[in-house]
Amino acid sequence: MIDIIASIIDGLLVGGVYGLAAMGLTLIWGVMNVINLTHGAMIVLGMFALYFLVTALGLPPYGTVPVTIAVGFVFGVLVYWIAVHRVIGRAHLMSLLSTFAMNMVLVGLGTALFSTSPFNVPVALPGVTWEGYTFTGTHIMAAILALVIAGLLYLLLHKTRIGKAIRAVADNREAAELNGIPTTQVLSFAFGLGAALACVSGTLIATLFPFTVLSGGSYELKSFVVTVLGGLGNPTGALLGGIALGLIEGGTTPFIPVSWIPVIEFLLFIAALLLFPRGIFAFAKA
Amino acid sequence: MGEANALRLAEPDRSGFGHPENLIDIKCDARKARTIKSSRLLATSDTPDPGSWEDAMIVKKLVLIAAAALLTASPALPADDTLTIGFTVSRTGKLNNDSIAQMRGFELWRDELNDKGGISVGGKQYKINFMSYDDESVNARVQQLYTRLINQDKAQFLFSPYSSGLVASAAIVSEQYGRIMLTTGAAEEKTYKLGNKNLFQVYSSADRYLVGAIETVKELNPNARVALVYKDDPFSKAVLQSARKQAGEAGLRTVLDEAYSPETTDFGPVINKIISAKADVLLGGGHYPDGATLARQIYDHKAGLKWLTLLVAPDSPNFATMGDAAIGVTVPSQWEPQVSFKPDFGPAAADFTQRFHAKYGIEPGYHAAGGYTAGLILQRAIEQAGSPEQAKVAAVLNGMDATTMFGRTKFSTDPKEHGLQTGHEMVIAQWQKKSGALFKEVIWPKAARTSDIVY
Repeated sequence: MIDIIASIIDGLLVGGVYGLAAMGLTLIWGVMNVINLTHGAMIVLGMFALYFLVTALGLPPYGTVPVTIAVGFVFGVLVYWIAVHRVIGRAHLMSLLSTFAMNMVLVGLGTALFSTSPFNVPVALPGVTWEGYTFTGTHIMAAILALVIAGLLYLLLHKTRIGKAIRAVADNREAAELNGIPTTQVLSFAFGLGAALACVSGTLIATLFPFTVLSGGSYELKSFVVTVLGGLGNPTGALLGGIALGLIEGGTTPFIPVSWIPVIEFLLFIAALLLFPRGIFAFAKA
Repeated sequence: MGEANALRLAEPDRSGFGHPENLIDIKCDARKARTIKSSRLLATSDTPDPGSWEDAMIVKKLVLIAAAALLTASPALPADDTLTIGFTVSRTGKLNNDSIAQMRGFELWRDELNDKGGISVGGKQYKINFMSYDDESVNARVQQLYTRLINQDKAQFLFSPYSSGLVASAAIVSEQYGRIMLTTGAAEEKTYKLGNKNLFQVYSSADRYLVGAIETVKELNPNARVALVYKDDPFSKAVLQSARKQAGEAGLRTVLDEAYSPETTDFGPVINKIISAKADVLLGGGHYPDGATLARQIYDHKAGLKWLTLLVAPDSPNFATMGDAAIGVTVPSQWEPQVSFKPDFGPAAADFTQRFHAKYGIEPGYHAAGGYTAGLILQRAIEQAGSPEQAKVAAVLNGMDATTMFGRTKFSTDPKEHGLQTGHEMVIAQWQKKSGALFKEVIWPKAARTSDIVY
């Protein structure tokens, strides 16, 4: 029994970070109906931002979090103006192909610059040992920071003028425009915000595991599962979806071989699409 | 809080490997020839029909297009006094760390040989020319590229890509065209049991990898509880299939037997299973990225293991960047710099190590040594055959029983397993900390031991 509880706790800790990554994806979808296929590249940007900020500038690993949020935001705004702005409002395939192409460019650039060798940022934090099972300090810290950032996002969306503008544009862009909201600027801000969330989740993941230029793909896939669980366009649902995914991973691994986890995850993905097309956590929609 | 110094695990190699200079020279000569030919054609098309200026322009354009097409599509024919060896390298993708090390071994052999004038055959000197491409660690690319290497680049001999999975793909092509392929980084036996006639395996095969670890564990703790945790790929599964049987025969109890996906980065769930199973020995791993990640997380989770043997990853000098997480980790190794085989030809291990270090600034692991040895063996076979003809070289390889700095080399000539390595023996190396620095020491076999075992 203890092993199951330990496994579930581990799953919950990682699930918080999955949730944070998925919040960026779902925010962009919710505001502008764009499936952002540069999401994985943005996660990787956060990983490399951590690596270079720690090695080149000597910043403490968790001190890089505000910087990576800023880097991700600026990068997201740039990607918005280069690859997204002109295809908003057109067929979904257009934005899908546009962000896919942008992703290929970014991955290609990353591969040329850094190869696909693994990078590692060793972060040492004391963990908690319980009945022989150790919950590492980095996992605990990543989960806490993920929750804090998710809370800040909630406050931003609900308590600030720009947040309200984002929600208004997400609800009805034309009506928002008629009310004097500069929707184009709001869209680029929202895209930057989504990228910043992906970027900072990459930073937190890089404190846990080694990474390569190609690491974004697997986390992007997880973000899709989480997004569907939480409901497309629902940031709060994404956080809950991430935690649920971690819980499922943790709760099932004591009973099945770990190589079956992706099978379970994607069966769940299909089931959620068929049975809960608005997401299991649609009730949590802001 | 956290350590300020982040560490990069592997350096990319950016040498211009795919376009050797002499090849560019050949292309330039071909371009000159075609330019002359084109201008003659244009001259003849201009004079007979002065009234048809537009036709002449069309012909001119067509000729230019054809010349450009020929220039880009024409095969890079080797000069008479060169031997072209083709291979792919996983410069990118999940196998790049070990594959690049192997390539450096090939390169060092080529450069040293060419500096001495090349391979001497029947009074003629053949320089070695490499043709190589990035296979991106992808099977489909390997098949395409080996076909290209043979058909377009006219490679006379082949070296294998890295890893059992990629070699299985390359072997289909090399066998189809009857080209000799020296395989390194390809330990899985299956490929050699398909009736192939042109493969020659430099490494010990997969069933030998964990023999030493199991023997040592049995000696240290006959009641050990063993966890088998390994990557779900052909090589690792082949190694563990034999190890499972060998551990059973040694009377060791297997308490966990679990494969993980090659993309795994979070080993938390597996490590919880190791702790739950109360395992004190772990045998497994796969290749560099997953093995290094697994070792780090086992250390972070304080999994309580007394013995940890991982395939491949700990052999890389980059593994030292793991810091204390590397201490005590063992690796079945095809070769270590400390080995003292008396070579029949080629340098001794110490010489090779020193030269490799001088060129690349790092100590070679067994992938680099394997690459260098593949070159040495091919060189020896061509020299003894007295000709670069495939059949003659294959005959020498079939009869070869020689010792290099890598150890003994002998290929099976049994048609059921032709080319399988039967002469070479492995060692077990362990990362140990001495005077604050990490070193890899040989701990098995006893005769070759350079340090006591840390258990």
